[in-house]
Amino acid sequence: MKKDNLNPQEQPSKKPEYNEESGISRRNFLKSIKGAGLMTAGTVIAGVGALGSDAPSESIKDRTVGPEAGVVELKVNGVIKEITVEPRETLADALRDHLHLTGTKVACNRGSCSSCTVLLDGVPVNSCMMLALDAVGREVSTIESLAKNGELHPLQQAFIDHDASQCGFCTPGMLMSCAHLLQTNPHPTLSEVKNAISGNLCRCGTHPHIFKAVLEVADKQKRK
Amino acid sequence: MDMQRIERALEKLKRAVGIGMKRVTMPHGIPGHNLTQIEREVPQEEPPAWPTNDKLSVVGKNVKRIDAHAKVTGSAKYTADIRLPGMLFGKMLCSHHPHVRIRSVDTTAAERLPGVAAVHLFGMTDSKDDGGQGEYPEITFAGQPIAGVAAQSLQIAEEAVKLIRVEYKKLPFVVDLEEAQKPGAPAVIAIEAKEGNNLLGPWYSKPRGNIKTGFSEADLIIERTYKTQVQHHCCLETHGVVVDYRNDGVTIYASTQSTKNVRDEFAKAFGLPANRVRVICEFMGGGFGSKIKPGPSAVMAGFLSRKTGRPVSLMLDRREEFLSAGNRPNSLQHLKIGARKDGTLTAVELHSRGTAGVASDSGVGHVARSLYRCPNFYSEHYTVLTNAGPSTPFRAPGNVQGCFAVEQLMDELAEKLELDPLELRDRCDKSETRRLERLRGAEMFGWSRRRAAGSDTVIVKKGLGMAQALWPKFLDLDSSAEVLLLKDGGIEVRSGVQDIGTGTKTVLAQVVAEELGLQPEAITVRIGDTLFPDGPTSEGSKVTGSITPAARNAAYKAKRQLFEQVAETLGAEASELVAAEGRIFSKNEPSKKIAFQEALKMMKRARISATATRSENYEGKPVSEDLGAVQFAEVSVDTETGIVNVERIVTVNSCGRPINIAQIESQIEGAVIQGVSYALYENRVMDAATGHQMNANLQQYQLPFSMEIPEIEIVLIESYDAATSTDAVGIGEPPIIATAPAIANAVYNAIGVRIYELPITPDKVLKALNKI
Repeated sequence: MKKDNLNPQEQPSKKPEYNEESGISRRNFLKSIKGAGLMTAGTVIAGVGALGSDAPSESIKDRTVGPEAGVVELKVNGVIKEITVEPRETLADALRDHLHLTGTKVACNRGSCSSCTVLLDGVPVNSCMMLALDAVGREVSTIESLAKNGELHPLQQAFIDHDASQCGFCTPGMLMSCAHLLQTNPHPTLSEVKNAISGNLCRCGTHPHIFKAVLEVADKQKRK
Repeated sequence: MDMQRIERALEKLKRAVGIGMKRVTMPHGIPGHNLTQIEREVPQEEPPAWPTNDKLSVVGKNVKRIDAHAKVTGSAKYTADIRLPGMLFGKMLCSHHPHVRIRSVDTTAAERLPGVAAVHLFGMTDSKDDGGQGEYPEITFAGQPIAGVAAQSLQIAEEAVKLIRVEYKKLPFVVDLEEAQKPGAPAVIAIEAKEGNNLLGPWYSKPRGNIKTGFSEADLIIERTYKTQVQHHCCLETHGVVVDYRNDGVTIYASTQSTKNVRDEFAKAFGLPANRVRVICEFMGGGFGSKIKPGPSAVMAGFLSRKTGRPVSLMLDRREEFLSAGNRPNSLQHLKIGARKDGTLTAVELHSRGTAGVASDSGVGHVARSLYRCPNFYSEHYTVLTNAGPSTPFRAPGNVQGCFAVEQLMDELAEKLELDPLELRDRCDKSETRRLERLRGAEMFGWSRRRAAGSDTVIVKKGLGMAQALWPKFLDLDSSAEVLLLKDGGIEVRSGVQDIGTGTKTVLAQVVAEELGLQPEAITVRIGDTLFPDGPTSEGSKVTGSITPAARNAAYKAKRQLFEQVAETLGAEASELVAAEGRIFSKNEPSKKIAFQEALKMMKRARISATATRSENYEGKPVSEDLGAVQFAEVSVDTETGIVNVERIVTVNSCGRPINIAQIESQIEGAVIQGVSYALYENRVMDAATGHQMNANLQQYQLPFSMEIPEIEIVLIESYDAATSTDAVGIGEPPIIATAPAIANAVYNAIGVRIYELPITPDKVLKALNKI
């Protein structure tokens, strides 16, 4: 079971609200009012949280966006890219559909499985749970950036060595969560490793091999 | 099919009279236990037998998964990642009601929405769907697809679906197994309804002997009722396709367990010859049985692509995946076993029911019939129709449910007969393999620590339990592989077979490399494409056992052709050449040698191509059902909260000739984790009043995350059947079967009260302890 209280994935912004009964998330709410034509005059991004972030980036603050697609700049994997997105598009959509970075997977599209984990200003987030606009002015790192100059990140190599992927669909999200763990805690214990991926769902059951892979990298770092 | 049958009959006839056959000495049995060499009659064109794995260089070794690099870098392209030029996104309208007749459908508003390219109604032919004149299909569960939209973006398609207006006539419905059987229950499928009867069946697992006599001979009879729940596959990649329908042929990218099934069924649905349909599955994000057939989304995407002349991507969303893409049926089993004081079983009787929603297959009798082969056996099973999504096969279908009942009852029987559960099984289980598995497992697990049930006096009580299972060695004779040797040095193995995460690509590279005396890195593996010879469907754990002999035999054939072409240069006979350690040399004069790569350059033409198809098992040997596992579980049960924690599982598995140890371990761990999850967490919750699933998402449908993963220890029993040129078998399903009953028995051992219903949630534990 997903243990929300144990989930170490600090959300840089307030966690989007989700009302189980009506099934309305902020994102869907925005989508639905757009559908009903209430946003035809566009929306002014206010200083607080109108689009899911308590601290909208400077670049879109006080700008009118939507309902049509608009041009924004996203900094992804160290490169600034201009893309045309609708306000309702999630960061995951933007990465996959506009930037063709399909390593980021979407499996539940509601923040329950962490397959879509990317780092936002170095902190893991579920990219299906935030709008692309909210990532403007911030640093997004995806699985595609983990290997540097063709050289695998030690975790990637350890995942290969320990057969830590089966179907592989959860692997990018797992790796991003683990990479953040090692960055902030280079010598984790087994329970800290478990904690770091407690929000990442794997249905094939690769967990035991992932535990070994991460601990091996940590151990190697220690010996260095 | 007929040609195949004739070929098979011819093959058998030839074998019977010994035409085209040779005698081959092969390893047989379990190393370190009863390994011997035996002779088998083998088709002439097949390679000589491999020795046991300790004498091989690549097979049985921990070769790294060859597509792992693509998976860890995010470059692996799954169906959900396919983006073709001009591609549209599809979305289906799924029924919000569990049982309705559609009166009319108005798609005007959806069609007018800017960005929408096409709308298609299900069950309607192209000519009728715009006029709404035809007969609409009866909708029999909430979530059943009705219509589909293709649009420039997924967002537009989702919006368009909401604009489709459907007028329904609501019909009565029922979603509960027990309610659906009551007199006067609503007919689940109105058009097929027999008077107040939602039952299909009965089905019988082949009976044996006479249970009446059997029970009269028993000193002790136990009968109990067991309940298991509906379980969802929850593959991380949902069902989906990208269909590119063109006049000269269709290309389909599919997240599937069978490229050939998608091809054949799509071709049938569209009246096309199968060779006009190409199906590609390079990577797929999990199936577990649910992706054996293409499903409605493939057909819908086909219609939308045909209408628009553009490729259409149609992936189910998570909710649709829960509602319509399959599940493991539940079960209500009444099991009765009679035994003598010495532990001999005298009769086994099973009456069971299960609901597969609007599908028909929910049988559970195999374990009861075959695990202990009691001479007197009878079973009867009914499938109960309910207005819920259809079941699909799920990892060891039927066996997982059946084993939960049989192995708990055996545990109870052992206690009543005052026998250790292992001792009882030693007395009534005829399998030599499982006897060995029990022995090795008990030692590793520390079974001798087990105390009488409920001995612990503290709040968090510890318990130990065990259970066992069996699984047949299924095979798919329509399994072929092609091996190419290319003059420029390339070596390639090709097959239509898909790798669903089990490691098929790696296994193929290993088998071909071993045969050619090379390392796996030298082999290019191209699979998951129906342009290549048909491979097996990924079901029944039969892929490795079906495709590896074909691949090895194809490599052997190609190698022989290469030998013919280089023999003269080496000054040796082709028949005396061998390939090993990257070289080809004469076994009589090893100095006559050439590097394998150099030999390729000497080829007379650009390529050597050899294809082989899986032959029948040698001498038609039926192989044992000894693939199951013996499993031991250690649990702790908090008697104040009711929470069960599985601390450790020891699983002992017979695994044929293991090709890749790490991948086998991965499969076993995955199966055990799904078994733990089945035992403790997973459960589809249906609302009887609305007919809706209440937890059709990955948050409320309970699954194990990292915190719930027990320590898993694996013992592999290498074993040789002398049945094929590789003697390999698949291992995906057998290790899930015994997990839930082993845990249930351990829970009983901890608290001294037995729980007969899955999942074993805190409320059930507290109820059992009379605390709520």
